[in-house]
Amino acid sequence: MIDKTVPDVDAAVAGIPDGATIMIGGFGRAGQPVELIDALIASGASDLTIVNNNAGNGDTGLAALLAAKRVRRIVCSFPRQSDSWVFDGLYRVGEIELELVPQGNLAERIRAAGAGIGAFFSPTGVGTQLAEGKEARTIDGRAYVLEHPIRADFALISALKGDRWGNLVYRRTARNFGPIMATAAATTIVQVDEIVPLGDLDPEAVVTPGIFVDRVVAVGERAWLREGAFVGGVDVAGEPLTTTSAAASEGEDQ
Amino acid sequence: MTTRISRDDLAKRIAADISEGSYVNLGIGAPTLVANFLPDDLEIILHTENGMLGMGEAPAPDRIDPDLINAGKQPVTELPGAAYFHHGDSFGMMRGGHLDVCVLGAFQVSEGGDLANWSTGEPGSIPAVGGAMDLAIGAKQIFVMTDLLTKQGGSKLVASCTYPLTGVGCVTRVYTDYGVFDVTPDGFRVRELFGDNTVEQLEALTGLSLQAEGN
Repeated sequence: MIDKTVPDVDAAVAGIPDGATIMIGGFGRAGQPVELIDALIASGASDLTIVNNNAGNGDTGLAALLAAKRVRRIVCSFPRQSDSWVFDGLYRVGEIELELVPQGNLAERIRAAGAGIGAFFSPTGVGTQLAEGKEARTIDGRAYVLEHPIRADFALISALKGDRWGNLVYRRTARNFGPIMATAAATTIVQVDEIVPLGDLDPEAVVTPGIFVDRVVAVGERAWLREGAFVGGVDVAGEPLTTTSAAASEGEDQ
Repeated sequence: MTTRISRDDLAKRIAADISEGSYVNLGIGAPTLVANFLPDDLEIILHTENGMLGMGEAPAPDRIDPDLINAGKQPVTELPGAAYFHHGDSFGMMRGGHLDVCVLGAFQVSEGGDLANWSTGEPGSIPAVGGAMDLAIGAKQIFVMTDLLTKQGGSKLVASCTYPLTGVGCVTRVYTDYGVFDVTPDGFRVRELFGDNTVEQLEALTGLSLQAEGN
């Protein structure tokens, strides 16, 4: 019998060594596997390379991992945000390395790793600072630069539901990097709201087939759902709504 | 005297050039205003690069869903017919030329259609590019929405960009508060002048030689 479920988040992140490269899903806070990140912090792993679209928001999740000084290097597209003060502080004093990658190239480099592509020519970034030093080629009259896959030792991602084979469904724009990161890591670890019996997920609706998944842990239903139904009552950070939080939820960056 | 139109009027002007059935990405900042002026009776589908087609307006505060946000990480809603997809597919849609229009902001646009909108190159600033370079090459038509002049009075339409480039030769058309300009192989061509503005006045403001309307 195949059973990829693990009892708790500590078991889910067990064995992640110092120096590991870890993909962490999420776009800002949406889809960020906060419970797995908290367990990673508790595990003590350090000297990590993190691949994420951003570089942490506020003081929780990825930002907390950075604040705990566990991250040596981050690969991302948009580190500077209105609430990225933890990264900003570390970067300014030279305590974290940054590889800046255009968002679509980041996604495609991750996808390429999972799909066994050696490298690919992308039109994104041609003629810009971010393509300097990269092999260029003109194909059918269009200019491209060579981009290499990004692989990871581990991926930590968040999904809505999973089964013991690791099949996953996501929720709305929280899907973002989950499906591609799941394919690109040697060990893919997933937190889900709920583990459902095998056969409960509609095979036509499975987004990530279990072949890409190694460990699944249930962390309980997200605060804005009740028995699967959206109930709201939170701000965009998922915090209970107060009179001031709606205004504070205004973003201005990507 | 020259005429400048408001941000909202400019957004309305851009919206009028977007036809029914278009798949459109509105960049972060001023371009998002365009959504407010797309006619309700036309089916124009908004793409947000974090993974959705069929994006609707902001929700009521008590209906904010942290799993349903746009590329600016602001809460949005889902229209009937919406679809979700992962980042690989989303940027494939852009890179693959499936979107009809992207509307983007700019620091500078050159006569050759180069766009600079992601970095001022200021020493010590933290670099962040996000999807800017992908958006710049991510649609059949790239519209820029911007003030013609900086706060200091310098022209954002330039012979060549001095800020770091986002994309090369990618801009189709520039919508400014003074008028609308097409990028052509011979430089900027005036498509429309607002109020009583003249080509000569805009040449004086930009320091560029502009082609007149209809030429």
